[in-house]
Amino acid sequence: MIKYILKRLMYILLALFVIVTVTFFLMRLAPGSPFASERNFPPQIEEKLNETYGLNNPWYIQYKDYLIDTATFNFGESMKYKARSTNDMISESFPVSLTLGIEAMLLAIGFGILIGVVSALYHNKFPDYLATSFAVLFISVPSFILAGLMQYFLAFKLGWFPISGWKGFQYSILPALAIALTHMGFIAKLTRSSMLEQNNSDYVKMARAKGIGRWTIVFRHTLRNALLPVVTYLGPLTAGVVTGSFIVEQIFAIPGLGKHFVQSITNRDYTVIMGTTVFFSIILLFAVLIVDILYSVIDPRIKLKGAKK
Amino acid sequence: MNKNKKFLLLTVLAVFSLVLAACGFGGGDSSSKPKDEGKDSGSTEETTSSGGELNVVVASEPPSLHPALATDTTSGVILTNTFEGLTTLDADARPVAAAAESWEVSEDLKTYTFKLRDAKWSNGDPVVASDFEYAWKWALNPDNLSEYASILYSIKGAAAYNNGEGSADDVGVKAEDEKTLVVTLENPTPYFLELTAFKTYAPLNQKVVEGNDEWYTDAGENFVTNGPFVLDEWRHNDTIVLKKNPEYWDADKVALDTVNIGMVESEATAVTMFKGGEIDYLGAPFQTVALDAIDGFKADGTLNINDQASVYWYKLNTKDKITGNANIRKALALALDRQGLIDNITKGEQKPALGMVPTAVHGFEEDRGYYKDNDIEGAKAALEAGMKELGITNPADVKINLSYNTSEAHAAIAQYVQEGWTKNLGITVSLDNSEWQVYLEKLNQLDYQVGRMGWVGDYNDAYTFLEMYDTAANGNNDTGWENAEYKKLLDQSNTEADPAKRLELLKQAESIAVSEFPVVPIYYYTNLSVIQDYVKDMKADILGNISLKEVKVEK
Repeated sequence: MIKYILKRLMYILLALFVIVTVTFFLMRLAPGSPFASERNFPPQIEEKLNETYGLNNPWYIQYKDYLIDTATFNFGESMKYKARSTNDMISESFPVSLTLGIEAMLLAIGFGILIGVVSALYHNKFPDYLATSFAVLFISVPSFILAGLMQYFLAFKLGWFPISGWKGFQYSILPALAIALTHMGFIAKLTRSSMLEQNNSDYVKMARAKGIGRWTIVFRHTLRNALLPVVTYLGPLTAGVVTGSFIVEQIFAIPGLGKHFVQSITNRDYTVIMGTTVFFSIILLFAVLIVDILYSVIDPRIKLKGAKK
Repeated sequence: MNKNKKFLLLTVLAVFSLVLAACGFGGGDSSSKPKDEGKDSGSTEETTSSGGELNVVVASEPPSLHPALATDTTSGVILTNTFEGLTTLDADARPVAAAAESWEVSEDLKTYTFKLRDAKWSNGDPVVASDFEYAWKWALNPDNLSEYASILYSIKGAAAYNNGEGSADDVGVKAEDEKTLVVTLENPTPYFLELTAFKTYAPLNQKVVEGNDEWYTDAGENFVTNGPFVLDEWRHNDTIVLKKNPEYWDADKVALDTVNIGMVESEATAVTMFKGGEIDYLGAPFQTVALDAIDGFKADGTLNINDQASVYWYKLNTKDKITGNANIRKALALALDRQGLIDNITKGEQKPALGMVPTAVHGFEEDRGYYKDNDIEGAKAALEAGMKELGITNPADVKINLSYNTSEAHAAIAQYVQEGWTKNLGITVSLDNSEWQVYLEKLNQLDYQVGRMGWVGDYNDAYTFLEMYDTAANGNNDTGWENAEYKKLLDQSNTEADPAKRLELLKQAESIAVSEFPVVPIYYYTNLSVIQDYVKDMKADILGNISLKEVKVEK
């Protein structure tokens, strides 16, 4: 196990290196500069700006500086937001996205599994059709449409929730739901199909023959085995939702990390682009690692090995 | 394995609860709250005010709240209400006394002697003349990377210092004593008093900010201001709270106690918030009224429309084979149904632009009659002439690529124009949409034929609209066009001390540029807003600024 984790950590470092490198070169290839604006300013100031941020240096010097900065997690100051460090921007906005993301995850996993189990138990009966229809609806309607609709009807028309902002728990419900619904649909479908598969296996038939109640079978036996595909889905899901959803955060005016991912690119804010990319990559890579470790916990047949047999 | 699982579950739960407890909501507000709010000293003033709280939203986090570093509208709107220059602009955008009580101008209009009033910074320090000298020289110091420093170039020696050729000592601004500031200009600049209201001209409290490079990045005791409001709280990307500045010299006139400025990027959300009563004002310069909400607000009679000194125009690349031909450019300019565009697409009662200087600018109000809107006959004749010069026989071979940056409104306008040009002239028009930064680069590199741009006046004078085309090398020109006569007239206007004659020179310059069509003006912007009826005296001036000083909330 330890050997396995160490090996995986090596891979993570390698992946990060590749990501940083690719991002760096893509960033430099994209036309535009962080200082370009509608209104030009004196060339000597632009020259100075480039000098201050090291943009005058040849690419290999800039690349080397980036690698060093990345290795030390020092991404420098934002080029757009004066005197604000990238690290500050991330550490201020990440907790917001994290809170929202965890709420969305709990909703997505909890209700997703519940819906999936119910529809598997009532296979080809009314509850199954109902649950499957909802799942398909959630998957196919984009989150920003759901967000807009919920904001209009539940917040504005009915006044049950605040329209936007981030000032307390009630502000987080609609956005969390908007993020959760798509994933909820996915998890429900995954759970349903793998539950159905399990239901046809011998051990379930055996248990039924013994006269064990159907909910008991679900919780004692099938669910645990059926969750494997869901767990696979959790890695990227975690990374995606805890680092913020740009569109939902934008609609509900939530000061989360999602907007920095998108806006830093529009602004050509190089330091913030690198900072957020590295940050997202680390979360994604570790989320996948944790999921792989969870595998062995859920399914003892899976053994994690560091070396070849 | 069971033991493992329990352990794992417990760990996960512990981490979750820790995380939830740690982040809470409105993250990090305690640290950005000012430690010393200075409320005690202001308690008497607070009881005399009628009180009131205004809620508005801006589109984004202000990139910089340093008066000399800010370049954008969002930062500008907050700085306008927290800092005060020597003058400030009244509702007609005319300069009136502010931090300066009075001033004298020398005969040659080149020396201004300002007398400062007895005013205090929000921390109780007196506002002194050297705070201005310090602030202006700070902005001009090339090491400080002020992108707007060139707006100080009317001052003698300012450009040289900013270029790295001169020294700070030669800059024509000097604090004679605590209350007297003497400014020497390069040329007589009739709009200099307008300039002193601009944010780059605001004073800085030298004692507090010197050596403290990050004073402006958070609310707190270092964020000292001399305007009607202080920055009470700044939750990044979330909210800014302004409070009445009890130390402000004219605090009696300030009615509002609190201004809550939320940051809401989505225009649709802002509209819903306004309708839901969560915000009291929606519109420029805070957040734009969404295009598809305009009709609704117009129908119920709540939409306010004010003139603005800004113009939406198409730039034409005069170095291109096709658009390099003046007659073709003329044809494009004439074959534009501006009124139709405004009625059907932009819908904000903008004014058709038939000149380069908006009619909201002083001295340019009347119709200068350069050409007619939607003059199809004239356009056809010009096209004919242009095609002859280029040796083209079929109008369809005149291929125009119309570029714009990603935005619903720009796309709609471009489609309307494309249709008009195709229908009226029979030429081939294609559209080319690019992302903002890519677009700017295209324009800068003259890698385009026709491209959109907007221009908002920095000060209330025609010069701010004409100056960018003085040479092809001007970074804002982007058309490759230049004209020696035009440049000469602009230069003359700079040394002309008689305001009427100067205006005449500027109009002559405008007529030259307009007759050669390096730009095709489309419309002069208007400022659109909706205001809750309990908000009084809130209106943008023609430069699009709003002073909240005398705004009242009566509910």
